[in-house]
Amino acid sequence: MSARDETANVRARLEAHAFFTALSPSHLDVIAACARARSVREGMVLFHEGDDATALYAIDGGSVAVQVHIPHRRPITLETLGPGEILGWSWLFPPYRTRFGAVALTAVELLVIDARTLRARLDEDAALGYALLQRFSRVIAERLEATRLQLLDVYGNQRAAGG
Amino acid sequence: MGTSVPPADELPAEPMRPRPHRVVSTTREHAEAVTLEVEPCSAADALAPPRPGQFNMMWVFGVGEVAISVSRIPVAETRGLPRVHHTIRAVGTVTQALNALMPGDVVGLRGPFGHGWDVDDAVGRDVVVVAGGVGLAPLRPVVDAILADRARYGHVVLIVGARRPRDFLFVPELDAWRHREDLDVMVTVDAPDDGWKGGVGVVTKWLRHLPVDPEHTTAFVCGPEVMMRFVARSLLDGGIDPETIRVSLERNMHCAVAECGHCQLGGLFVCREGPAIPWARVAPDLLVAQR
Repeated sequence: MSARDETANVRARLEAHAFFTALSPSHLDVIAACARARSVREGMVLFHEGDDATALYAIDGGSVAVQVHIPHRRPITLETLGPGEILGWSWLFPPYRTRFGAVALTAVELLVIDARTLRARLDEDAALGYALLQRFSRVIAERLEATRLQLLDVYGNQRAAGG
Repeated sequence: MGTSVPPADELPAEPMRPRPHRVVSTTREHAEAVTLEVEPCSAADALAPPRPGQFNMMWVFGVGEVAISVSRIPVAETRGLPRVHHTIRAVGTVTQALNALMPGDVVGLRGPFGHGWDVDDAVGRDVVVVAGGVGLAPLRPVVDAILADRARYGHVVLIVGARRPRDFLFVPELDAWRHREDLDVMVTVDAPDDGWKGGVGVVTKWLRHLPVDPEHTTAFVCGPEVMMRFVARSLLDGGIDPETIRVSLERNMHCAVAECGHCQLGGLFVCREGPAIPWARVAPDLLVAQR
Protein backbone atom coordinates (compact mmCIF):
# COMPACT_ATOMS: atom_id res chain seq x y z
CA MET A 1 0.00 0.00 0.00
CA SER A 2 1.38 3.41 -0.94
CA ALA A 3 1.86 6.08 1.71
CA ARG A 4 -1.05 8.03 0.22
CA ASP A 5 -3.33 4.98 0.27
CA GLU A 6 -2.34 4.22 3.83
CA THR A 7 -3.12 7.76 4.94
CA ALA A 8 -6.50 7.56 3.19
CA ASN A 9 -7.18 4.23 4.90
CA VAL A 10 -6.24 5.60 8.30
CA ARG A 11 -8.38 8.68 7.71
CA ALA A 12 -11.39 6.55 6.78
CA ARG A 13 -10.94 4.46 9.91
CA LEU A 14 -10.60 7.57 12.07
CA GLU A 15 -13.77 9.00 10.57
CA ALA A 16 -15.63 5.80 11.40
CA HIS A 17 -14.26 5.65 14.96
CA ALA A 18 -16.74 6.70 17.67
CA PHE A 19 -14.28 9.00 19.44
CA PHE A 20 -13.75 11.11 16.32
CA THR A 21 -17.44 11.25 15.31
CA ALA A 22 -18.50 14.59 13.80
CA LEU A 23 -14.96 15.97 13.71
CA SER A 24 -14.58 18.35 10.77
CA PRO A 25 -12.95 17.00 7.60
CA SER A 26 -9.99 19.37 7.96
CA HIS A 27 -9.40 18.25 11.55
CA LEU A 28 -9.62 14.61 10.51
CA ASP A 29 -6.96 15.34 7.88
CA VAL A 30 -4.68 16.80 10.54
CA ILE A 31 -5.05 13.80 12.84
CA ALA A 32 -4.74 11.29 10.03
CA ALA A 33 -1.44 12.86 9.07
CA CYS A 34 0.05 11.93 12.45
CA ALA A 35 -1.59 8.49 12.72
CA ARG A 36 -0.72 5.01 11.53
CA ALA A 37 -2.47 1.67 11.66
CA ARG A 38 -1.04 -1.10 13.79
CA SER A 39 -2.04 -4.70 14.47
CA VAL A 40 -0.91 -6.35 17.68
CA ARG A 41 -0.98 -9.94 18.84
CA GLU A 42 -2.81 -11.28 21.88
CA GLY A 43 -0.69 -10.80 24.96
CA MET A 44 1.46 -8.04 23.55
CA VAL A 45 2.26 -5.18 25.92
CA LEU A 46 1.37 -1.79 24.46
CA PHE A 47 3.08 0.09 27.25
CA HIS A 48 4.15 -0.32 30.84
CA GLU A 49 3.30 1.87 33.78
CA GLY A 50 5.78 4.78 33.81
CA ASP A 51 6.75 4.57 30.14
CA ASP A 52 7.00 7.69 28.02
CA ALA A 53 3.48 8.44 26.81
CA THR A 54 4.21 8.61 23.14
CA ALA A 55 0.81 7.96 21.57
CA LEU A 56 -2.94 8.17 21.68
CA TYR A 57 -4.44 4.80 20.71
CA ALA A 58 -7.81 4.53 19.02
CA ILE A 59 -9.03 0.93 19.33
CA ASP A 60 -10.57 -0.37 16.14
CA GLY A 61 -10.93 -4.05 17.02
CA GLY A 62 -10.18 -6.45 19.84
CA SER A 63 -9.81 -5.87 23.55
CA VAL A 64 -7.15 -4.11 25.63
CA ALA A 65 -6.68 -4.41 29.41
CA VAL A 66 -5.59 -1.41 31.45
CA GLN A 67 -3.51 -2.84 34.27
CA VAL A 68 -1.65 -1.96 37.42
CA HIS A 69 1.19 -3.92 38.97
CA ILE A 70 1.23 -4.81 42.63
CA PRO A 71 4.39 -6.35 44.05
CA HIS A 72 4.32 -10.15 44.34
CA ARG A 73 1.03 -10.40 42.49
CA ARG A 74 -0.04 -10.78 38.91
CA PRO A 75 -1.05 -7.55 37.16
CA ILE A 76 -4.57 -6.47 38.09
CA THR A 77 -6.91 -5.43 35.29
CA LEU A 78 -8.72 -2.23 36.18
CA GLU A 79 -10.79 -2.02 33.04
CA THR A 80 -11.00 -3.41 29.54
CA LEU A 81 -11.38 -1.26 26.45
CA GLY A 82 -12.72 -2.22 23.06
CA PRO A 83 -13.68 -0.97 19.61
CA GLY A 84 -14.74 2.67 19.53
CA GLU A 85 -12.76 3.52 22.65
CA ILE A 86 -9.48 5.36 23.09
CA LEU A 87 -6.54 4.45 25.24
CA GLY A 88 -4.11 6.87 26.82
CA TRP A 89 -4.31 10.50 27.78
CA SER A 90 -1.06 10.81 29.76
CA TRP A 91 0.51 12.31 26.64
CA LEU A 92 -1.65 15.42 27.13
CA PHE A 93 0.07 16.59 30.29
CA PRO A 94 3.65 16.79 31.59
CA PRO A 95 5.53 14.70 32.52
CA TYR A 96 4.01 12.66 29.64
CA ARG A 97 4.38 9.33 31.37
CA THR A 98 1.83 6.55 31.45
CA ARG A 99 0.10 5.98 34.78
CA PHE A 100 -0.97 2.41 34.05
CA GLY A 101 0.08 -0.41 31.79
CA ALA A 102 -1.85 -1.76 28.80
CA VAL A 103 -1.82 -5.23 27.26
CA ALA A 104 -3.73 -6.76 24.34
CA LEU A 105 -6.22 -9.34 25.63
CA THR A 106 -6.94 -10.45 22.08
CA ALA A 107 -5.56 -9.59 18.67
CA VAL A 108 -6.09 -5.84 18.47
CA GLU A 109 -6.41 -3.34 15.63
CA LEU A 110 -5.23 0.13 16.54
CA LEU A 111 -4.80 3.56 15.12
CA VAL A 112 -1.70 4.99 16.75
CA ILE A 113 -1.54 8.77 16.82
CA ASP A 114 1.86 10.24 17.53
CA ALA A 115 1.59 12.29 20.71
CA ARG A 116 4.36 14.81 20.11
CA THR A 117 3.00 15.72 16.66
CA LEU A 118 -0.59 15.83 17.88
CA ARG A 119 0.32 18.13 20.79
CA ALA A 120 1.97 20.49 18.34
CA ARG A 121 -1.14 20.50 16.13
CA LEU A 122 -3.40 21.17 19.10
CA ASP A 123 -1.19 24.10 20.14
CA GLU A 124 -1.41 25.52 16.64
CA ASP A 125 -5.17 25.09 16.19
CA ALA A 126 -7.28 26.03 19.21
CA ALA A 127 -10.48 24.84 17.50
CA LEU A 128 -9.01 21.38 17.01
CA GLY A 129 -7.71 21.45 20.57
CA TYR A 130 -11.15 22.34 21.91
CA ALA A 131 -12.86 19.69 19.79
CA LEU A 132 -10.54 16.97 21.06
CA LEU A 133 -10.57 18.13 24.67
CA GLN A 134 -14.38 18.06 24.61
CA ARG A 135 -14.17 14.43 23.57
CA PHE A 136 -11.51 13.61 26.16
CA SER A 137 -13.56 15.30 28.87
CA ARG A 138 -16.56 13.17 27.99
CA VAL A 139 -14.47 9.99 28.07
CA ILE A 140 -12.91 10.97 31.39
CA ALA A 141 -16.34 11.78 32.87
CA GLU A 142 -17.73 8.43 31.70
CA ARG A 143 -14.80 6.52 33.15
CA LEU A 144 -15.04 8.46 36.41
CA GLU A 145 -18.74 7.57 36.64
CA ALA A 146 -17.94 3.94 35.90
CA THR A 147 -15.25 3.93 38.59
CA ARG A 148 -17.68 5.40 41.10
CA LEU A 149 -20.20 2.70 40.26
CA GLN A 150 -17.53 0.06 40.75
CA LEU A 151 -16.70 1.58 44.13
CA LEU A 152 -20.36 1.29 45.14
CA ASP A 153 -20.05 -2.49 44.87
CA VAL A 154 -23.66 -2.57 43.74
CA TYR A 155 -23.81 -6.35 43.57
CA GLY A 156 -22.55 -6.79 47.11
CA ASN A 157 -25.89 -6.84 48.90
CA GLN A 158 -28.20 -7.61 46.04
CA ARG A 159 -31.26 -9.71 46.78
CA ALA A 160 -32.92 -12.01 44.33
CA ALA A 161 -34.63 -9.79 41.82
CA GLY A 162 -38.36 -9.87 42.27
CA GLY A 163 -37.96 -11.02 45.82
CA MET B 1 -56.85 1.35 47.66
CA GLY B 2 -58.65 -0.74 45.08
CA THR B 3 -59.44 2.20 42.83
CA SER B 4 -55.75 3.10 42.49
CA VAL B 5 -54.89 -0.28 41.02
CA PRO B 6 -55.19 -0.18 37.23
CA PRO B 7 -56.43 -3.17 35.28
CA ALA B 8 -53.61 -5.64 35.64
CA ASP B 9 -52.87 -9.25 35.01
CA GLU B 10 -55.44 -11.67 36.32
CA LEU B 11 -54.80 -12.95 39.78
CA PRO B 12 -54.49 -16.70 40.24
CA ALA B 13 -57.38 -18.54 41.85
CA GLU B 14 -57.13 -18.53 45.65
CA PRO B 15 -54.07 -16.32 45.51
CA MET B 16 -53.32 -16.50 49.21
CA ARG B 17 -53.22 -20.29 49.45
CA PRO B 18 -49.74 -21.83 49.06
CA ARG B 19 -49.70 -24.97 46.93
CA PRO B 20 -47.23 -27.70 47.90
CA HIS B 21 -44.38 -28.12 45.45
CA ARG B 22 -41.58 -30.63 45.56
CA VAL B 23 -37.99 -29.75 44.79
CA VAL B 24 -36.99 -31.89 41.82
CA SER B 25 -33.42 -30.72 41.44
CA THR B 26 -31.03 -28.11 42.75
CA THR B 27 -28.24 -26.42 40.84
CA ARG B 28 -25.61 -24.58 42.81
CA GLU B 29 -25.00 -21.43 40.73
CA HIS B 30 -22.35 -20.01 43.03
CA ALA B 31 -21.56 -19.92 46.74
CA GLU B 32 -24.60 -17.76 47.52
CA ALA B 33 -27.15 -18.74 44.91
CA VAL B 34 -29.05 -21.84 43.94
CA THR B 35 -31.58 -22.69 41.26
CA LEU B 36 -34.46 -24.83 42.40
CA GLU B 37 -36.51 -26.81 39.92
CA VAL B 38 -39.89 -27.48 41.50
CA GLU B 39 -43.06 -29.27 40.47
CA PRO B 40 -46.48 -29.44 42.11
CA CYS B 41 -47.01 -32.37 44.46
CA SER B 42 -50.16 -33.23 42.49
CA ALA B 43 -51.92 -32.00 39.37
CA ALA B 44 -54.45 -30.25 41.61
CA ASP B 45 -51.60 -28.18 43.09
CA ALA B 46 -50.34 -26.92 39.73
CA LEU B 47 -50.16 -23.16 39.29
CA ALA B 48 -50.96 -21.39 36.06
CA PRO B 49 -47.95 -21.15 33.73
CA PRO B 50 -45.97 -17.98 34.48
CA ARG B 51 -44.96 -15.43 31.87
CA PRO B 52 -41.41 -14.07 31.66
CA GLY B 53 -40.91 -11.53 34.44
CA GLN B 54 -43.59 -12.85 36.80
CA PHE B 55 -42.82 -14.13 40.28
CA ASN B 56 -44.09 -16.65 42.78
CA MET B 57 -44.28 -16.35 46.54
CA MET B 58 -42.18 -19.20 47.94
CA TRP B 59 -43.00 -20.42 51.40
CA VAL B 60 -40.52 -22.38 53.48
CA PHE B 61 -42.69 -24.00 56.10
CA GLY B 62 -41.81 -22.84 59.57
CA VAL B 63 -39.54 -20.10 58.27
CA GLY B 64 -41.41 -17.66 56.08
CA GLU B 65 -42.32 -16.50 52.61
CA VAL B 66 -40.50 -14.48 49.99
CA ALA B 67 -41.12 -13.32 46.42
CA ILE B 68 -38.86 -15.02 43.89
CA SER B 69 -38.94 -14.40 40.18
CA VAL B 70 -39.27 -17.25 37.75
CA SER B 71 -35.92 -18.00 36.15
CA ARG B 72 -37.19 -20.54 33.65
CA ILE B 73 -40.65 -21.04 32.28
CA PRO B 74 -41.66 -24.69 32.08
CA VAL B 75 -41.05 -25.87 28.54
CA ALA B 76 -42.11 -29.46 29.07
CA GLU B 77 -44.34 -31.16 31.54
CA THR B 78 -43.42 -34.34 33.32
CA ARG B 79 -46.34 -36.60 34.23
CA GLY B 80 -48.54 -33.59 33.52
CA LEU B 81 -46.81 -31.54 36.17
CA PRO B 82 -45.25 -28.25 35.03
CA ARG B 83 -41.76 -27.63 36.38
CA VAL B 84 -40.64 -24.13 37.07
CA HIS B 85 -37.20 -22.78 38.01
CA HIS B 86 -36.44 -20.23 40.69
CA THR B 87 -32.98 -18.84 41.31
CA ILE B 88 -32.38 -17.54 44.80
CA ARG B 89 -29.48 -15.72 46.35
CA ALA B 90 -29.13 -16.31 50.09
CA VAL B 91 -29.33 -12.92 51.76
CA GLY B 92 -31.89 -13.41 54.53
CA THR B 93 -33.55 -16.03 56.68
CA VAL B 94 -36.00 -17.33 54.08
CA THR B 95 -33.62 -17.19 51.14
CA GLN B 96 -30.97 -18.98 53.20
CA ALA B 97 -33.52 -21.68 53.98
CA LEU B 98 -34.36 -21.94 50.28
CA ASN B 99 -30.66 -22.29 49.48
CA ALA B 100 -30.44 -25.23 51.86
CA LEU B 101 -33.27 -27.24 50.28
CA MET B 102 -32.58 -30.64 48.81
CA PRO B 103 -34.41 -32.69 46.16
CA GLY B 104 -37.55 -34.12 47.69
CA ASP B 105 -38.12 -31.20 50.05
CA VAL B 106 -41.50 -29.51 49.83
CA VAL B 107 -42.19 -25.78 49.72
CA GLY B 108 -45.36 -23.77 49.25
CA LEU B 109 -45.90 -21.68 46.14
CA ARG B 110 -48.42 -18.94 45.44
CA GLY B 111 -48.62 -17.30 42.07
CA PRO B 112 -47.75 -16.45 39.45
CA PHE B 113 -48.01 -12.77 40.29
CA GLY B 114 -47.20 -9.46 38.75
CA HIS B 115 -46.85 -7.96 35.34
CA GLY B 116 -44.06 -9.46 33.28
CA TRP B 117 -41.70 -8.18 30.62
CA ASP B 118 -44.14 -8.08 27.68
CA VAL B 119 -41.56 -9.76 25.45
CA ASP B 120 -44.01 -9.77 22.53
CA ASP B 121 -43.81 -5.97 22.41
CA ALA B 122 -40.22 -6.39 21.22
CA VAL B 123 -41.15 -8.46 18.17
CA GLY B 124 -39.77 -6.85 15.03
CA ARG B 125 -37.42 -4.63 17.02
CA ASP B 126 -33.83 -4.67 18.19
CA VAL B 127 -33.45 -5.84 21.76
CA VAL B 128 -31.00 -4.94 24.51
CA VAL B 129 -30.99 -7.10 27.65
CA VAL B 130 -28.92 -5.83 30.58
CA ALA B 131 -28.52 -8.01 33.67
CA GLY B 132 -26.55 -7.34 36.82
CA GLY B 133 -25.76 -10.07 39.34
CA VAL B 134 -28.83 -12.21 40.10
CA GLY B 135 -30.78 -9.90 37.81
CA LEU B 136 -30.10 -12.42 35.08
CA ALA B 137 -32.56 -14.80 36.78
CA PRO B 138 -35.79 -13.02 35.74
CA LEU B 139 -34.24 -12.16 32.37
CA ARG B 140 -33.36 -15.72 31.37
CA PRO B 141 -36.98 -16.38 30.32
CA VAL B 142 -36.72 -13.29 28.09
CA VAL B 143 -33.62 -14.67 26.38
CA ASP B 144 -35.27 -18.09 26.15
CA ALA B 145 -38.37 -16.57 24.52
CA ILE B 146 -36.34 -14.60 22.01
CA LEU B 147 -34.09 -17.51 21.09
CA ALA B 148 -37.11 -19.79 20.71
CA ASP B 149 -38.39 -17.49 17.98
CA ARG B 150 -35.18 -15.71 17.00
CA ALA B 151 -36.21 -14.68 13.48
CA ARG B 152 -38.96 -12.41 14.78
CA TYR B 153 -36.48 -10.07 16.45
CA GLY B 154 -33.83 -7.73 15.10
CA HIS B 155 -30.35 -7.37 16.53
CA VAL B 156 -30.19 -8.79 20.06
CA VAL B 157 -27.57 -7.68 22.58
CA LEU B 158 -27.13 -9.27 26.00
CA ILE B 159 -24.91 -7.54 28.57
CA VAL B 160 -24.30 -9.35 31.84
CA GLY B 161 -22.38 -7.92 34.78
CA ALA B 162 -21.27 -9.46 38.05
CA ARG B 163 -19.05 -8.57 40.94
CA ARG B 164 -16.52 -11.34 40.28
CA PRO B 165 -16.16 -14.08 37.68
CA ARG B 166 -17.37 -16.67 40.19
CA ASP B 167 -20.61 -14.74 40.73
CA PHE B 168 -22.21 -15.37 37.34
CA LEU B 169 -25.43 -17.35 37.12
CA PHE B 170 -26.15 -19.96 34.45
CA VAL B 171 -22.51 -20.23 33.36
CA PRO B 172 -22.98 -23.12 30.89
CA GLU B 173 -25.79 -21.25 29.16
CA LEU B 174 -23.86 -18.00 29.14
CA ASP B 175 -21.04 -19.82 27.38
CA ALA B 176 -23.46 -21.31 24.87
CA TRP B 177 -25.06 -17.92 24.22
CA ARG B 178 -21.63 -16.35 23.69
CA HIS B 179 -20.97 -18.79 20.89
CA ARG B 180 -24.17 -17.98 19.02
CA GLU B 181 -23.78 -15.77 15.99
CA ASP B 182 -27.28 -14.34 16.30
CA LEU B 183 -26.69 -12.95 19.78
CA ASP B 184 -24.17 -10.30 20.87
CA VAL B 185 -23.12 -11.22 24.39
CA MET B 186 -20.85 -9.18 26.65
CA VAL B 187 -19.96 -10.35 30.13
CA THR B 188 -18.13 -8.05 32.48
CA VAL B 189 -17.03 -8.01 36.09
CA ASP B 190 -16.09 -5.33 38.57
CA ALA B 191 -13.23 -7.33 40.06
CA PRO B 192 -11.48 -9.85 37.80
CA ASP B 193 -9.37 -12.73 39.01
CA ASP B 194 -6.43 -14.44 37.39
CA GLY B 195 -7.34 -15.93 34.07
CA TRP B 196 -10.47 -13.89 33.49
CA LYS B 197 -10.70 -13.16 29.76
CA GLY B 198 -13.94 -11.20 29.68
CA GLY B 199 -14.64 -7.54 30.18
CA VAL B 200 -13.75 -5.52 33.25
CA GLY B 201 -15.93 -2.55 34.17
CA VAL B 202 -19.55 -1.74 34.86
CA VAL B 203 -22.29 -2.74 32.43
CA THR B 204 -22.98 0.86 31.41
CA LYS B 205 -19.73 1.15 29.48
CA TRP B 206 -20.97 -1.42 26.96
CA LEU B 207 -24.06 0.67 26.27
CA ARG B 208 -22.16 3.49 24.58
CA HIS B 209 -21.76 1.93 21.18
CA LEU B 210 -24.71 -0.40 20.88
CA PRO B 211 -25.20 -1.90 17.41
CA VAL B 212 -28.94 -1.21 17.46
CA ASP B 213 -31.38 1.28 16.00
CA PRO B 214 -32.44 3.28 19.08
CA GLU B 215 -35.80 4.26 17.60
CA HIS B 216 -36.68 0.60 17.18
CA THR B 217 -35.15 -0.90 20.28
CA THR B 218 -36.69 -2.40 23.40
CA ALA B 219 -34.53 -2.81 26.48
CA PHE B 220 -35.03 -5.20 29.39
CA VAL B 221 -33.01 -4.33 32.49
CA CYS B 222 -32.70 -6.07 35.84
CA GLY B 223 -30.16 -5.70 38.59
CA PRO B 224 -29.46 -3.55 41.63
CA GLU B 225 -31.61 -0.43 41.51
CA VAL B 226 -28.68 1.95 41.30
CA MET B 227 -27.32 -0.03 38.36
CA MET B 228 -30.69 0.15 36.61
CA ARG B 229 -30.78 3.92 37.08
CA PHE B 230 -27.43 4.36 35.40
CA VAL B 231 -28.27 1.86 32.69
CA ALA B 232 -31.54 3.66 31.96
CA ARG B 233 -29.71 6.98 31.71
CA SER B 234 -27.17 5.51 29.32
CA LEU B 235 -29.95 4.02 27.17
CA LEU B 236 -31.76 7.36 27.16
CA ASP B 237 -28.51 9.09 26.17
CA GLY B 238 -28.35 6.64 23.29
CA GLY B 239 -31.77 7.75 22.07
CA ILE B 240 -33.93 4.86 23.32
CA ASP B 241 -37.48 5.82 24.31
CA PRO B 242 -38.13 5.60 28.09
CA GLU B 243 -41.40 3.79 27.31
CA THR B 244 -39.45 0.97 25.70
CA ILE B 245 -36.95 0.59 28.55
CA ARG B 246 -38.37 -2.03 30.91
CA VAL B 247 -36.87 -2.38 34.37
CA SER B 248 -37.69 -4.97 37.02
CA LEU B 249 -38.21 -3.48 40.45
CA GLU B 250 -37.36 -5.23 43.66
CA ARG B 251 -39.60 -4.31 46.52
CA ASN B 252 -40.76 -5.87 49.75
CA MET B 253 -43.61 -8.05 48.45
CA HIS B 254 -45.84 -9.50 51.13
CA CYS B 255 -49.39 -10.15 49.95
CA ALA B 256 -48.55 -10.06 46.20
CA VAL B 257 -52.15 -9.03 45.45
CA ALA B 258 -51.90 -5.24 45.91
CA GLU B 259 -53.59 -5.17 49.28
CA CYS B 260 -50.95 -4.73 51.96
CA GLY B 261 -48.99 -1.84 50.45
CA HIS B 262 -45.54 -3.09 51.50
CA CYS B 263 -44.30 -2.96 47.93
CA GLN B 264 -45.73 0.45 47.11
CA LEU B 265 -43.58 2.89 45.17
CA GLY B 266 -45.44 6.17 45.04
CA GLY B 267 -48.85 5.24 43.69
CA LEU B 268 -47.56 2.04 42.18
CA PHE B 269 -48.12 -1.44 43.57
CA VAL B 270 -45.01 -3.19 42.38
CA CYS B 271 -46.43 -6.65 43.09
CA ARG B 272 -49.36 -6.05 40.74
CA GLU B 273 -48.27 -3.45 38.17
CA GLY B 274 -44.67 -4.60 38.21
CA PRO B 275 -42.17 -5.97 38.79
CA ALA B 276 -41.38 -5.32 35.10
CA ILE B 277 -42.42 -1.81 34.21
CA PRO B 278 -41.46 0.93 31.73
CA TRP B 279 -38.78 3.31 32.91
CA ALA B 280 -40.98 6.27 31.96
CA ARG B 281 -43.50 5.15 34.58
CA VAL B 282 -41.09 4.71 37.50
CA ALA B 283 -38.36 7.26 36.84
CA PRO B 284 -40.04 10.08 38.80
CA ASP B 285 -40.20 7.88 41.91
CA LEU B 286 -36.79 6.27 41.53
CA LEU B 287 -34.96 9.53 40.96
CA VAL B 288 -35.88 10.98 44.35
CA ALA B 289 -34.12 10.11 47.57
CA GLN B 290 -36.00 7.45 49.53
CA ARG B 291 -35.69 6.55 53.16
